Amino acid sequence: MIQLEYLLIISAVMLFAGIYGFFTRKSTLAMLLSIELMLNAADINFAVFNRMLFPEGHEGYFFAIFGIAIAAAESAIAIAIMINIYRMLKNISVDELKKMKW
Amino acid sequence: MEYTLFILLLPLCSFLLLGLLDSKISKTAAGIIGTMSLGAVTLLSYFTAFEYFTADRVNGVFEKVVPYNITWLPLGDLHFDMGILLDPISVMMLIVISTVSLMVHIYSFGYMKGERGFQRYYAFLSLFTMSMLGLVVATNIFQMYLFWELVGVSSYLLIGFYYTTPAAIAASKKAFIVTRFADMFFLVGILIYGYYCKSFGFDFNAEGFAAGAFMLPTALVLMFIGGAGKSAMFPLHIWLPDAMEGPTPVSALIHAATMVVAGVFQIARLFPLWIQYAPEAMTIVVWVGVITAFYAAAVACVQSDIKRVLAFSTISQIAFMMVALGVCLPGEHGAVIDNHASLGYMASMFHLFTHAMFKALLFLGAGCIIHAVHSNEMSAMGGLRKYMPITHITFLIACLAIAGIPPFSGFFSKDEILTACMHYSPVVGWIMTGVAAMTAFYMFRLYFGIFWGTENKELHAHHTPHEAPLAMTLPLMVLTCITLVAGFIPFGHFVSASGEAYDIHLDWTVAATSIVVAVVSIALATYIYAGSRQPVAEKLHDAYPRLHRWAFKRFYLDEVYQFVTHRIIFAYISRPIAWFDRNVVDGFFNFLAWGTHKLSHAIRGLQSGSVQLYAQVFLLGILVIILILIM
Amino acid sequence: MDSHNIMFVILAVIIMLSSIATVVSKSIIRAATYLLFVLLGTAGLYFLMGYSFLGAVQIMVYAGGIIVLYVFSILLTSGQQEKLNRVYLMKKVAVGMSCLAGLAVFIAMFFKQQFLAAALSAPSESDASFLSIEEIGKQMLSTGEGGYLLPFEAVSILLLACIVGGLIIARKR
Repeated sequence: MIQLEYLLIISAVMLFAGIYGFFTRKSTLAMLLSIELMLNAADINFAVFNRMLFPEGHEGYFFAIFGIAIAAAESAIAIAIMINIYRMLKNISVDELKKMKW
Repeated sequence: MEYTLFILLLPLCSFLLLGLLDSKISKTAAGIIGTMSLGAVTLLSYFTAFEYFTADRVNGVFEKVVPYNITWLPLGDLHFDMGILLDPISVMMLIVISTVSLMVHIYSFGYMKGERGFQRYYAFLSLFTMSMLGLVVATNIFQMYLFWELVGVSSYLLIGFYYTTPAAIAASKKAFIVTRFADMFFLVGILIYGYYCKSFGFDFNAEGFAAGAFMLPTALVLMFIGGAGKSAMFPLHIWLPDAMEGPTPVSALIHAATMVVAGVFQIARLFPLWIQYAPEAMTIVVWVGVITAFYAAAVACVQSDIKRVLAFSTISQIAFMMVALGVCLPGEHGAVIDNHASLGYMASMFHLFTHAMFKALLFLGAGCIIHAVHSNEMSAMGGLRKYMPITHITFLIACLAIAGIPPFSGFFSKDEILTACMHYSPVVGWIMTGVAAMTAFYMFRLYFGIFWGTENKELHAHHTPHEAPLAMTLPLMVLTCITLVAGFIPFGHFVSASGEAYDIHLDWTVAATSIVVAVVSIALATYIYAGSRQPVAEKLHDAYPRLHRWAFKRFYLDEVYQFVTHRIIFAYISRPIAWFDRNVVDGFFNFLAWGTHKLSHAIRGLQSGSVQLYAQVFLLGILVIILILIM
Repeated sequence: MDSHNIMFVILAVIIMLSSIATVVSKSIIRAATYLLFVLLGTAGLYFLMGYSFLGAVQIMVYAGGIIVLYVFSILLTSGQQEKLNRVYLMKKVAVGMSCLAGLAVFIAMFFKQQFLAAALSAPSESDASFLSIEEIGKQMLSTGEGGYLLPFEAVSILLLACIVGGLIIARKR
């Protein structure tokens, strides 16, 4: 029997894996991968809650679609920025990117 | 008479223009702008006076004309108005102020030539003239107070005109603080007056005054304190001698002819209230005036700085006006204000008018002398009559006028005052006659000291004194003419206590006495001071060294003030308050600033620029919020 | 245990293991590959729930688009230093512990809450939750109740801005 809780556990594991990666990674691209994990976990939750608790409605469904679109936009911009930074600094490690401080 | 508004607007415009442009326009242009606007104001004032006094009388009096009166600040029942009120005394004051001011404007062309800040000087003169004119045409006591403070400010600015000299700065501060102190009482008086009488206006027939009658003596005496401060009455006179640090034309305009008579004008303005509701309180006015007159005359007898002599003479003469107002009595039958019983009112206004002219003349003459010898001290002068004939003649006429010799204007007005005093009480009358004798004495001491006696050869060796330029002698001549004829003006026809025409008739016993006394005093002064050596004066000085020193030091009143303010008020009141302010109030805010600085120093490490650290803190916060929510 | 449940278990295991592998693998290119597995597994979950269109979008956009983008950029930027930088062990342990704690809190919460949901059953066209592509299209572009035209347009503009922005940021100067 596939309970709602099981699905939620999957997304929770995915979320915390993302959080862990976000904190421990030094490469900004690896951090972006972690962010994708977290976003994906959120998308799963949208779909799961819609499907399991309110099967007649479709709000979660559409939100998951929009979430995917936004994730795509976000990663496109982020990668463009990273490439640009790499061009300037020849490095994309967060330790080196402290110029934001000023 | 709507055009009277321009009497106020023109000097205001010229003040703004000159004040804003300052050194962007040439000195000559600034002087011409100021003088032209004042000339226009003078013409308008004369025209107003002509039109006002040729209008028909209603019930024997000139009607009050109010061309403008707007409600400026409504406050429930009360309201502050701004407007223009024309009645005999305000029209008379318009003439006095505009005439003297115009003369001073012309005179300053010569006197202030080449001074730094010439434009600023003319701007301040315009400001002063505007505020003084606004004061006299005020329709209510509150407007009067506003302009009263404005003249105080312009007086402060002009006394401190030479702001690089420490003495001028100290004098301007002193003048401002002393008059402000007195004005505080004026304000309290106004508030009491407004609260109990439900009006700030000068329409004394309203019912409110009867209802508030029991508080009126208090209010009037408080206002009198304000007037006494402005008019330099004892013991608030201390600022006026020091105010002589300002340029001499300013002394002539502000500290002799116009601003210092504001206190007299104020009492005259409220005269119906005094006479009707507070006749007993007028005794205070009389005795303050008598003491001041005597004190100032005594001090004037020994001063060596010619402007100081004139300053004390001014104080003494203003005290004459005060006394004259104080000795008015309510009418015995019928009307409360009776022209005969209140002769002093007319006398006071008459003396105000004539005194303004001849005292301005004296000051402007003194300015010419100072201009010639570059010193205020009598020791630098002597024998100047050969060098400065015009100044000499005009100064002599002014001295005769103030001494009360007919047919010069001072005789007529002073005679009326003495008559009124005699009528009130022989004691006051004889004291004032004695003061008049002292006046004649010190004025001629001054005159002989300047124009006769030994010439200061060593001082004049490398700089021969010379007559002043025409710009300076012309005003002297104009004022001399006024002084010569002003006594014959039928003044009682224009200004009198009840407003009805009053024929001045000389009381020949009083007149003869005062003439004899004056002549004797002048003779005495001639005997003592006219020669090139002054053995009598030196003998007197040796005989009474202490008296001389006391009088010379103005009876140590300034020192008393100094002691009270510095040793008592500053030491025991101001210093603890200052300590509290510096340490407790400032300390608290310094502590806040110090704490913020330290705290920000401590937490600035958090702003590491490291994204991951930010995210950790962020996550921590979220976890805490979640825990709080689910608990 | 029918095939539906077995499928779910397999997907769950793949997703969870790949998620963890994504964040712990030393090589960044491998991490991207593991992420691909996670995203594909997620698509499988969507299919399992009967949301076939969503699953298709997930595969096309995420797995087909974004991952390819990542791989490209990794290859562009990392080059020789493909290896991930070493991180202090202490920090890793601390973050890991707090993540586990958070996960524990979450799971505790899931079981504490009494969800009303029935168990997930195999998808069929008679389900109330079934949504044909035609309906999706209509709903996406409708302005009436339950219509998503406004967010749709907003996302369209966002994507357009994103294209322009990406070009501007990444262009050669």
